[in-house]
Amino acid sequence: MTTSSHLVYLIALPLVSAAILLLLGRIADKWGHYVATLVSASTFAIAVIEFFSMRSRSGDARAATQDLFTWISVGSFNVHASLLLDQLSICFVLLITGVGTLIHIYSIAYMSHDHDRRRFFAYLNLFVAAMLLLVLGDSYLNLYVGWEGVGLASYLLIGFWNQKPAYAVAAKKAFVANRVGDIGLSLAIMIAFAQFGSVSFAGVKEGVPHASTAALTALGAMLLLAAAGKSAQFPLQSWLGDAMAGPTPVSALIHAATMVTAGVYLITRSNFVFDASHTAQNMVIAVGAITLLFGALVGTAKDDIKKALAASTMSQIGYMILATGLGPIGYAFAIMHLLTHGFFKAGMFLGAGSVMHGMNDEVNMRRYGAIGKVMPITAVTFGLGYLAIIGVPPFAGFYSKDKIIETAFNIGGSKGVIVGGAALLGAAITAFYMTRVIVLTFTGTKRWDDEAHPHESPALMWIPMVILAVGSIASGFLFNSGHALVKWLEPVVNASGAEEGEALLAPMTVSALALGVVAVGVAIAIVKYRTVPVEAPAGNVLTRIVRRDLLQDDFNDRVLVRPGQALTRFFVGMDKSFIDGIVRGVGGTIAVGSTNLRKIQNGYVRSYALIMVVGVLALLTTIWMVTL
Amino acid sequence: MLIAPQLSYALLAPILIVLGGALLGVLVEAVMKKGSRAAIQTTIALGTLVLAFAFLWRIHGQTSKTAAVNSVAIDGVGIFIQGTILILSFIAILFIADTDNFAAQASAVPGSEDERAAVQAGKQQTEIFPLTLFAVSGMLLFPVASDLITLFVALEVLSLPLYLMAGLSRRRRLLSQEAALKYFLLGAFSSAFFLFGAAFLYGYSGSMTLDGIASAISANAANDVFLLIGIVFLSVGLLFKIGAVPFHSWTPDVYQGAPTPITGFMAACTKIAAMGATLRIFYVAFSPAEWQWKPIILTIAILTMVVGGVAAIAQRDVKRMLAFSSIAHAGFLLAAVLALNTSGLKGALFYLATYGFTTLGAFGVITLVRDSSGEVTDLNRWVGLGKKSPLTASIFTLFLLSFAGIPLTSGFIAKFSLFTGAYETGNTVVVVVGVLTSAITAFFYLRVVVMLFFTDPKSDSVTVVIPSIMTRIAIAVCAIVTIVLGVAPSLLLNTAQTFATFIR
Repeated sequence: MTTSSHLVYLIALPLVSAAILLLLGRIADKWGHYVATLVSASTFAIAVIEFFSMRSRSGDARAATQDLFTWISVGSFNVHASLLLDQLSICFVLLITGVGTLIHIYSIAYMSHDHDRRRFFAYLNLFVAAMLLLVLGDSYLNLYVGWEGVGLASYLLIGFWNQKPAYAVAAKKAFVANRVGDIGLSLAIMIAFAQFGSVSFAGVKEGVPHASTAALTALGAMLLLAAAGKSAQFPLQSWLGDAMAGPTPVSALIHAATMVTAGVYLITRSNFVFDASHTAQNMVIAVGAITLLFGALVGTAKDDIKKALAASTMSQIGYMILATGLGPIGYAFAIMHLLTHGFFKAGMFLGAGSVMHGMNDEVNMRRYGAIGKVMPITAVTFGLGYLAIIGVPPFAGFYSKDKIIETAFNIGGSKGVIVGGAALLGAAITAFYMTRVIVLTFTGTKRWDDEAHPHESPALMWIPMVILAVGSIASGFLFNSGHALVKWLEPVVNASGAEEGEALLAPMTVSALALGVVAVGVAIAIVKYRTVPVEAPAGNVLTRIVRRDLLQDDFNDRVLVRPGQALTRFFVGMDKSFIDGIVRGVGGTIAVGSTNLRKIQNGYVRSYALIMVVGVLALLTTIWMVTL
Repeated sequence: MLIAPQLSYALLAPILIVLGGALLGVLVEAVMKKGSRAAIQTTIALGTLVLAFAFLWRIHGQTSKTAAVNSVAIDGVGIFIQGTILILSFIAILFIADTDNFAAQASAVPGSEDERAAVQAGKQQTEIFPLTLFAVSGMLLFPVASDLITLFVALEVLSLPLYLMAGLSRRRRLLSQEAALKYFLLGAFSSAFFLFGAAFLYGYSGSMTLDGIASAISANAANDVFLLIGIVFLSVGLLFKIGAVPFHSWTPDVYQGAPTPITGFMAACTKIAAMGATLRIFYVAFSPAEWQWKPIILTIAILTMVVGGVAAIAQRDVKRMLAFSSIAHAGFLLAAVLALNTSGLKGALFYLATYGFTTLGAFGVITLVRDSSGEVTDLNRWVGLGKKSPLTASIFTLFLLSFAGIPLTSGFIAKFSLFTGAYETGNTVVVVVGVLTSAITAFFYLRVVVMLFFTDPKSDSVTVVIPSIMTRIAIAVCAIVTIVLGVAPSLLLNTAQTFATFIR
């Protein structure tokens, strides 16, 4: 462990900047966005410096800590507000600050017509600060602060245009769904404290070998619940699609590249818990596998370009979650996919934003078509992201996704076949719906009105897109060459040095299989969408169900919302009749007493003096009787 | 042969300086022209208090000294209370100096030609400043006095100016004069009890000093009846000053009638001084007899909390409401007397300081709400004030929340630490009643908040005057202290802990 004294600036800078922008108000309208962008860039600079200094250290000295202050000290329960920057968190810090800075730059242009641009940048900075706190905290409690912080920032940004009621509702939906997950995290913290007397990562890790399997399973399940809420995983996935109400840069940064991956971080960070409980691990695998198929299916029926991408995000995070369930070797692949996904998905979201920017905020892909000709840069960068996500070599997704599919097959037995098969099927569907997005948007015939004048976006917008596209091309190869990322992360996630299990299928076979199914998916999409009607056809029952997000909202509404409302009505009734009755009774009694007391206060000195004399006599009597 | 007593002037300096300032003020009244008096008096009063505080600061480390032949004890509690009183008096002077609250000519009969002439000439009574300083000097002496004679002298020095000051209101003069007379009559009555009690205690112990009485009780030498009567009578004098039931009757009338800045000064500083003296007497002199007096103090504490809390609900006048609230607070503070331990003492010191700031601030805000004929204290006319002047209403709300003991205000920490102390020594009953009455008191504070913010304003001539810079500073300081000590109580709590010792 090395001690560092400047980790805190990573969090403090954007936090202070957010506070300044919010408190100064309109005064800062002219320059606020520059300050926010500069601050974000400087956190990236700090992150880069920290990264190289970490690389120059070796072995145990790589992780750096900074103790800020004693936060809670109650009896034997002590929590320090301390930061921990190790091989795992630096990956996130670089992603958050790097992609974050690009999106700040992009937003300067994207939000240039918005009246409240300063407030938007303040929230972005707030998000960066909270997210960095989330990945830098050295205990579950510190993480929790950041966890709630990103939840707040996400809420504020989804509802940024809350003058539209639907958007405000979307923000609330995200908030409520996250709340369910947050309860999981707080329960997890309580379990950790009850079991280990500590809530720090190190303390829990130390205690794991002595804990019962049941406790570890409970802890793992609660952590998984938390992860499901934040990362939009089954069964708490329903909020992510609606979260697209936020401005597109927000979707790119928070709801694609960073915040929604917090769940993956949480599970990876807690690897010692999941490695010790197979039940918890199996739950993780199940959640990941279900979500990756769920998201992919939903993606096939979405006409809203952002919602299609959102479904894809859900599905891709499903891959990551699945990977984290695959044991010590899986964590590194989860993180690898997380990082490559950060590049290509953020890039595609920015591309979608760029298209919307040129198309008067039209999001319906059925009204796009042939945009590639008028927006070449957007089309090319989006296309590179597309190649990455469907996993064409040598683009980034090929390396990261293949590794996950391969590892899934290799866990062995029928479980391996099922999970690996699901991952493979997911890849095929991914290829289908992403091809659909490309075909509908960039190729084919133009279907937009003559009023729309699509044009290439300004440089401030396409430069970040180009940089992210470069990342989509090269990052996978870089992470994979010489197992760079796996080895880098080994001290944190695979301390025992576990090797990949016996290979069920050779890596080459997996790659070939994957490429095969991808080709099929692409081909079907191309054939099916040769002509695109502007109005969506009615479709069969299955299509309609998929369009309704596989009935997720109907399910929640019937099973949770309505009974919940009925229960609420019951309690309100009880409160009004029974509890308020008691309260009113007590209140009434006191009020009567009060009025009577007021009569004693009649204003005559003689009565007052008499009361005093009576008082004195009463005291004398009392003290007399006590002494007897 | 008579030996001249040794006076350690350094230890007595704060009291002597304030007395000197008061005398200087009297001289100014005699020789300066009318027009320039107010400014000079303000300067003298504020300067005196600052100087006194500076001298107090010099001796703040010497917490185990006696001065003036053992009749004054300079210890932790004494210094803490003296410091609190000096700071609060400073703020009170800012309020007093600011507004035209005081009678143009106190000697003029209300409603007479003389009065009208004096008002038209723009006169304002400036004797209020030396009177305040005299009262402050008494308040500084009262909590450090460690023999019965000094206690009595201090009690009178602090009371006599207050009787006068209560009668100096510029408007509604009859009400004000009535209040002054009531206060004087009942005050004299209670002083008589105090003096009588002192005589009985001397008769019992043969000693005038507090530790002399304590050792007599420990030795269990003499006639118990004298002791018991002495304890009861002496307590009556003290309980009268802190406004405990059933010796509280004067409080609502006097708080309502007195000029509002004076009410604030009385509610804050008098209560602190009297509570300081009460704590000293019970902790130092009476503690060996705790089994005799605890039941009566417990009864009084409970009565005071309940009556104060319940009676406040029916009040329609904001000053009367705060008067009953101050009665309830006196009940809470008596829990510290029952605690008889360091943490209770610490809680009481913290409570007194925070209560003082909040009270002064609240009465300060009341001076701002007016119509054409002066202050408006009828609560029904405060309705909707939050819409007319949100800042003023918010600050008043802050003070009310602190009175109610809502977390993140100083009032919460104060109640919490006070009750903790009482609970530690097994006074569960008083803690339970205290918490319950806190809930009752919260009701009427919150009712005012509802009136301020959630009811539509009536078309009424009630306005909030723009306060002068001095009032603004004073209210701001009170509000800031209320918040800061609610968020970071350790700033003062640690100090209170260090100073929570009596010398015997």
